Amino acid sequence: MSGQKKEFPITWGMVIDIDKCTGCGACMASCQTENNVEPQRDASNKLRSTSWMTVYELTNGKSYPDHDIAYLPRPCQQCGNPPCVSVCPVIATEKNENGGIVSQVYPRCIGCRYCVAACPYHVRYFGWFDPVWPEGMEKTLSPLTSVRPRGVVEKCSFCHHRWTLAKDAARAAGKDPEDLADGAYVTSCVQNCPSGALAFGDLKNPKHKVHELIKSPYAYRLLERLGTDTQVYYISRREWVRKLGDNYLKSE
Amino acid sequence: MSFSEIEKNWYPEGVERCSLGKFMKWLAVLGVVALYGFFAMLVCFTYGLGVTGLDNYFGFGLWITFDLAVIALGAGAFFTGLLRYIIRIDELKNIINLTVIKGFICYSGAMLILSLDVGQPIRSWFGYWHPNVHSMLTEVIFCITCYLMVLIIEYVPLILEQKQINKIPFLHNLAHQMHVVMPLFAGIGAFLSTFHQGSLGGMYGVMFARPYAFRDGFFIWPWTFFLFVLSAISTGPCMTVLICGFMEKVTGRKLTTYRIKSLMCKIGGTMLLIYMVFKYLDTWAWINDILPRAGLTFDQMFYGLVYGRWLFFTELVICLLVPVIFLLTPLRKKPFFMYSGAILACAGVVINRYVFTVQALAQPVLPFTKWEIYSPNWAEWATSLMVIAYGFIIMSLSYRYLPIFPQEVGLNKK
Ligand code: SF4
Ligand code: SF4
Repeated sequence: MSGQKKEFPITWGMVIDIDKCTGCGACMASCQTENNVEPQRDASNKLRSTSWMTVYELTNGKSYPDHDIAYLPRPCQQCGNPPCVSVCPVIATEKNENGGIVSQVYPRCIGCRYCVAACPYHVRYFGWFDPVWPEGMEKTLSPLTSVRPRGVVEKCSFCHHRWTLAKDAARAAGKDPEDLADGAYVTSCVQNCPSGALAFGDLKNPKHKVHELIKSPYAYRLLERLGTDTQVYYISRREWVRKLGDNYLKSE
Repeated sequence: MSFSEIEKNWYPEGVERCSLGKFMKWLAVLGVVALYGFFAMLVCFTYGLGVTGLDNYFGFGLWITFDLAVIALGAGAFFTGLLRYIIRIDELKNIINLTVIKGFICYSGAMLILSLDVGQPIRSWFGYWHPNVHSMLTEVIFCITCYLMVLIIEYVPLILEQKQINKIPFLHNLAHQMHVVMPLFAGIGAFLSTFHQGSLGGMYGVMFARPYAFRDGFFIWPWTFFLFVLSAISTGPCMTVLICGFMEKVTGRKLTTYRIKSLMCKIGGTMLLIYMVFKYLDTWAWINDILPRAGLTFDQMFYGLVYGRWLFFTELVICLLVPVIFLLTPLRKKPFFMYSGAILACAGVVINRYVFTVQALAQPVLPFTKWEIYSPNWAEWATSLMVIAYGFIIMSLSYRYLPIFPQEVGLNKK
């Protein structure tokens, strides 16, 4: 059984050009600070540390001189048909009307981690311990995002507080908040990517760059055949990179 | 009169029990295990689930496996209740009390573990208050709670039948009245229980982005819904027989006839055969349809020892085909084969719940991720053992003071 796909007039999406990504990790760091992700006490265990945006290293598995690597930044894919949403027993996560962004309501979540089991992209993180900010570091907390208690699941939200700010700014300027100009709302990782590998916008709006980008013959999405219908697109001109976006049988 | 003399008056009519001192020692050993688990539970509540071996890859681990296995094995209660009260297989009255207590222990124990396993236990009631009707887990939450209540209602008259309590006219009548309405509760229990056994399976089957667990199905239910029901009702009666056999070994007394145990195993075996047919069909469809659709092969579902292929063959052959033969042929007349069959069937359901819980999450769906290994740590083991010790304590007390086995007196006449 798969969930039901909903359509949204505004569909925020991200396009990531893997060939431009240098794997610098600026997106990870900016996401971490923008969203008040707790400073990790021990980040050596990657299965326990929280990183809403993670950069994976891909390799073609060949040896020199044919060896090649690529970096794949991975936010929440904001699936159009999210496996995580239908399973949540308390509607703590939802695909609501907000630009197709999958929300996560921390005060509602009971921390059963069923959504973690259902999401194949490993984008959901559980609060294993109470968050602690070392003395003085609490000054870096952003007032725009809440701090999560332990025992709930959290994930990338496409910095949707920035959307609220952008809409407010549009209203103040007498413009239509439902028709933001390209770039009026971008996520923190997109803004801080030094190589311009990340782009963000309304996938349905012809005035936005991403609308064109996803039509590229080199564009693809992760695990497309599972039917999650994600709102994050990747671009690579290298075939082996594109091939790593999904599972293929030898005969295919 | 000394206390140990008084205590003798609490036993059911006409039975013998071990000395109070011996019983106390037995309880003390169990108590130590339970206390250690209780300590681990407090540590988890105080410091958070970070003290366990779980992580962001394995949100489900030993606890969920334990819960699912215990709930499946506890299924003897509802299914035997159904056969006894609704289908009216009268002979089962000799073992029904045991299955009720077993069911109560399994379900209350599972609830205890579940309260640990959610990150925000104080919010557990959100499951009733903000239910998501599309979530299989919501169905599980509702059904399990209701069913536990039914089990309590079924357990209470047993307690009221304790010799001293039964002397009070009001409680005596109450117990009698409750017995009269028991078929109704057996019916409700069977309904509720079928549903949540199914939804527990459905929980895995609906995860459409996890090809190891995902199954197509019938209407809103994936096949795992029906497979979990069938596997539970086939192993539940077997587990009851194992418990009964174990109690006979420990106490040195005969509690039911071999005939009853054999009948229970025959029922279990028949259900196991039906389960086997569907499980084989399901496995065939999984390998030839679901996996290729996801771009995966059968070989990619296994890795190393803990996720090895041996689990697959053990579950589907050694713990399914073999017990069906042991339990459904004349071999069942020999205790060795009957008990081995029951043990294998129960082991099979445990493996099944393990692979659906852990292996389904370990299997790398993203092509650039790799297999991860999960191993539970002391906090998870200690709390799970606590529940087992708790079960032993309840069972021991019930056996000592409640008239559970109607045949006990007759069978042990010198
Ligand atoms: S990527 Fe995972 S968390 Fe995000 S919407 Fe999809 S399934 Fe849900
Ligand atoms: S962990 Fe929270 S968001 Fe995830 S399924 Fe459970 S209650 Fe819902």
